[in-house]
Amino acid sequence: MIFPDGTEALQDVSFSVDRGEFVTVVGPSGCGKSTLLKIASGLLENTAGHVSVDRERIGYVFQDATLLHWRTILSNVELFAELHGIAKDERRSLAQDAIDMVGLSGFEHHYPKSLSGGMRMRASLARTLTLQPPVFLFDEPFGAVDEITREHLNEETQQLFQREGFAGLFITHSISEAVFMSTRVLVMSARPGRIVAEFDIPFDYPRKPQLRFEAAFAELSGEVSAQLRGAHS
Amino acid sequence: MTTQEAAETGAIESPLVGGADPSTMHAGVYREKSRPRVLAETVLPPLVMGALIAGLWYSVSYGVLDERRRFLLRPPHQVIEVGFLDWDNFSEILSGLWSSTRVAMIGLAIAITIGFALATLMSQAKVVERAVFPFMVTLQAIPILAIVPLISFWFGTGQKSRVVVCVIISLFPIIVNTLFGLQSAERGMHDLFTLHRASRLTRLRKLMFPAAMPAIFAGLRISAGLSVIGAIVGDFFFGLGDVGIGQLLRKYANNLNGEQLLAAVIMSSALGVTVFLIFGWIQTAAIGKWHDTSDSGI
Ligand SMILES: Nc1ncnc2c1ncn2[C@@H]1O[C@H](COP(=O)(O)OP(=O)(O)OP(=O)(O)O)[C@@H](O)[C@H]1O
Ligand SMILES: [Mg+2]
Repeated sequence: MIFPDGTEALQDVSFSVDRGEFVTVVGPSGCGKSTLLKIASGLLENTAGHVSVDRERIGYVFQDATLLHWRTILSNVELFAELHGIAKDERRSLAQDAIDMVGLSGFEHHYPKSLSGGMRMRASLARTLTLQPPVFLFDEPFGAVDEITREHLNEETQQLFQREGFAGLFITHSISEAVFMSTRVLVMSARPGRIVAEFDIPFDYPRKPQLRFEAAFAELSGEVSAQLRGAHS
Repeated sequence: MTTQEAAETGAIESPLVGGADPSTMHAGVYREKSRPRVLAETVLPPLVMGALIAGLWYSVSYGVLDERRRFLLRPPHQVIEVGFLDWDNFSEILSGLWSSTRVAMIGLAIAITIGFALATLMSQAKVVERAVFPFMVTLQAIPILAIVPLISFWFGTGQKSRVVVCVIISLFPIIVNTLFGLQSAERGMHDLFTLHRASRLTRLRKLMFPAAMPAIFAGLRISAGLSVIGAIVGDFFFGLGDVGIGQLLRKYANNLNGEQLLAAVIMSSALGVTVFLIFGWIQTAAIGKWHDTSDSGI
């Protein structure tokens, strides 16, 4: 991928994600991870190579919350269902379920300006959940939430993945988050981003919170970390 | 741009930094003030200023001007007595004011309709913006006095011409602000609508218009004030039919009615202030819940 200004963001990136797979990409800042998702979603046109993604009801959680300031949280969470023409009653109940799931119950009638950054990100995640998407792209959705909430949301996401069996493509800077949720972890190099390592994560779902403290988990995380260090230089 | 720089810019864009709520950072600085103190700090300064102005006014009326020339600036109490407390005089001013208010409202309504339509068109097709905008700016640059003869030539010297002046004078801020507002929705928000294949109309209704509201209101407040000025100026030049405040100003000046002249000026300014306040109030009622006026300056 080369931008009009000549910036080369991605190079020789090739992989596929099937339904029932949860692939996480880790890589240094600015290596082209967001660009990768924009291409996958169709927001950006790739300048070279071939991309094939099922984009019907695609789920895409942006790096920023991008909530509409003039809508309450409930109404923001309803937006996608609204754009897909889902009837009012149904989208209201979808939205309410999603809000409960991300732990924002009680904030339905608040406006985005009165929420913290992390809460806004959770609202953004809830908005995407309402679509029950077959393909789910996440761009560092939990970068702004505290560690406890992040771990909680990781567990929820992993359960959701197990239940819905979507094809998941997740971006993060957190190695433990990557190893905890994924079936596969890809490590990208600094810009122009290339895939320099690939790890299969063998743990069974559902994954228990205690998994994070097991030796096998620590060992895998260590290997990913070593690769990521290499990628930085 | 080097990788290092890119990495730094990337970090600044992360929601961790961007999402921090600035108000929390000053939490410790605010201290409760006692009620009388607040009252003293907010009410006293304008009162003192008002007294100073009245004092200056009296000293000019009685100190600078001698009896023969006192009609140039009547002292405040005479203005109140003759201009406001004499019901015949005051009701004449009020009915002139009402006539001009009607003209201003009609003119503003027309300007809003044309302005919204043009701005919406421009927001939908860059070609239209490129074609129309230079002419809008040119039109805006013509001093209204320069086209007064032309207006009377085309529209006569009555109500119609007064409304035309209002429209011309208040149209530009509406167009510019509405267009700016329609273009103000963030890239990411547009991406959401693109991703879920929203139609052009849906995007306009659910994204661009709501995003434009703060700017639209800013434009409306400016234009409402301008249309009041337009109505008075228009009335001053085009006097056929209803007598508005512009005609009265002209009459009082010609007859050397200093008290009524000043009363009419004060009432005109009161009208402008009222209109501004009303639109501010509508703005707060409409978008105050989600939009902080103090955040963006509009
Ligand atoms: N529209 C654009 N035009 C030109 N260059 C761009 C554009 N968008 C992104 N880039 C560049 O492409 C590179 C990759 O950007 P991208 O946003 O994909 O990084 P990232 O891996 O998501 O970083 P982070 O982890 O900080 O979010 C960066 O160097 C960025 O400056
Ligand atoms: Mg990114």
